[in-house]
Amino acid sequence: MKEHYELVILGGGPAGLSAGLYAARARLDHVMIEKGAPGGQVLLTDWVDNYPGFPDGLTGFDLIENMTNHAKRFNLNIETAYVTKMDLEQKDKKVLYLEDGGQVTCDALIICTGASANTLNVPGEDEMRGKGVSYCGTCDAPFYRNMHVAVVGGGNTAIQEAEYLTKFASKVTVIHRRDELRATKILQEYAFANEKIDFIWDSTVTSIEGGTGVEKLNLLKKDGTTSSLEVEGVFILIGVTPNSNELPLEQLNADQWGFIPTDIESCTCVPGVMAAGDICSKDVRQIVNAAGEGAVAVLAAEAYIQNFHAESKE
Amino acid sequence: MANDKVLQLTDAEFDTTIQSDQPTLVDFWAPWCGPCKAIGPVIEDLATEYDGKVTVAKMNVDDNPETPGKFGIRAIPTLILFKNGEVVDQITGSVGKSQLVTLIEKAN
Repeated sequence: MKEHYELVILGGGPAGLSAGLYAARARLDHVMIEKGAPGGQVLLTDWVDNYPGFPDGLTGFDLIENMTNHAKRFNLNIETAYVTKMDLEQKDKKVLYLEDGGQVTCDALIICTGASANTLNVPGEDEMRGKGVSYCGTCDAPFYRNMHVAVVGGGNTAIQEAEYLTKFASKVTVIHRRDELRATKILQEYAFANEKIDFIWDSTVTSIEGGTGVEKLNLLKKDGTTSSLEVEGVFILIGVTPNSNELPLEQLNADQWGFIPTDIESCTCVPGVMAAGDICSKDVRQIVNAAGEGAVAVLAAEAYIQNFHAESKE
Repeated sequence: MANDKVLQLTDAEFDTTIQSDQPTLVDFWAPWCGPCKAIGPVIEDLATEYDGKVTVAKMNVDDNPETPGKFGIRAIPTLILFKNGEVVDQITGSVGKSQLVTLIEKAN
């Protein structure tokens, strides 16, 4: 990695890869910094049926591979590193501090750090993580062949994963805090038609019990009644929390959860800092708008960088 | 790019490998697991950095069902650190390099 770049793209999910494609084609002096292999949350998805241009659908895996190869065709520069802190206060450069003690500076920064699964924060959840508590159906479903599992949540991810789990589990019980699903209609149609899926409405999980593996969930219904459900696994799919540990939240005017507000050009309130994808404060978190925002952010960054160079020559 | 410092471990060799007094980090993974793929480059980095000090191994849970069953693994990636045949500690999920370094240092 060099000491300085015109543009740093932080994070390699769909927003970062799309930004990478546009940055590479714009021939910006750039680097995409990713802590592992590119992909982000898409890698948790077994099947993507709503990304335009792929009429037969494709796996999350393949979509990321395609996006990566696409950007690499134009020489996207990817480095593996972990950013722990950043200084966006300086006028002439942004400074990113790396875990290995090094640092990298840039003229413009696009934040594409994304989001991760929310936890329930109930007793037993942490202790049983990896022993029956899972946040990724696609990863762990094959461990539950012919077993009864629960899915907590009612959004797109929860319902799609419940459907996927029925390929392995004997029964999937969806536990949702409301009396209707938030998932898009076609996913609801599939789920209601699937004989292996049943529903517990208006209920939340209050604790998870087990020994070497999950044994049962304790539930609380809206009307105050309690019950328990014997399952061997529970998949917690209740939305996301921003990956924002390394970000100066106050300076970026982050919302109450730590998501970053942006304008229509993907610019944050800090000049030269853009954000794209699930890290942004917004209502819709889809692959397609993440990719769109990545492209928009590069165009804004490019304009900023040109202006920045012009000013520094004066 | 495969790193030849990462040992590809099977059920058959598992027991003898972890008996060593040199610590062994085993990454339980499968080809269909996205986060396992994401953590791959970090595992390869660690294999290079700890070459000669820690054996870094990967076990494909599809091809080797016996060992993951024995350790009650129900989520991947799961990383278990062994020394002298005993489990030192373990982590589940696609974690950052620093957490894995912290795990490895527990063997000292």
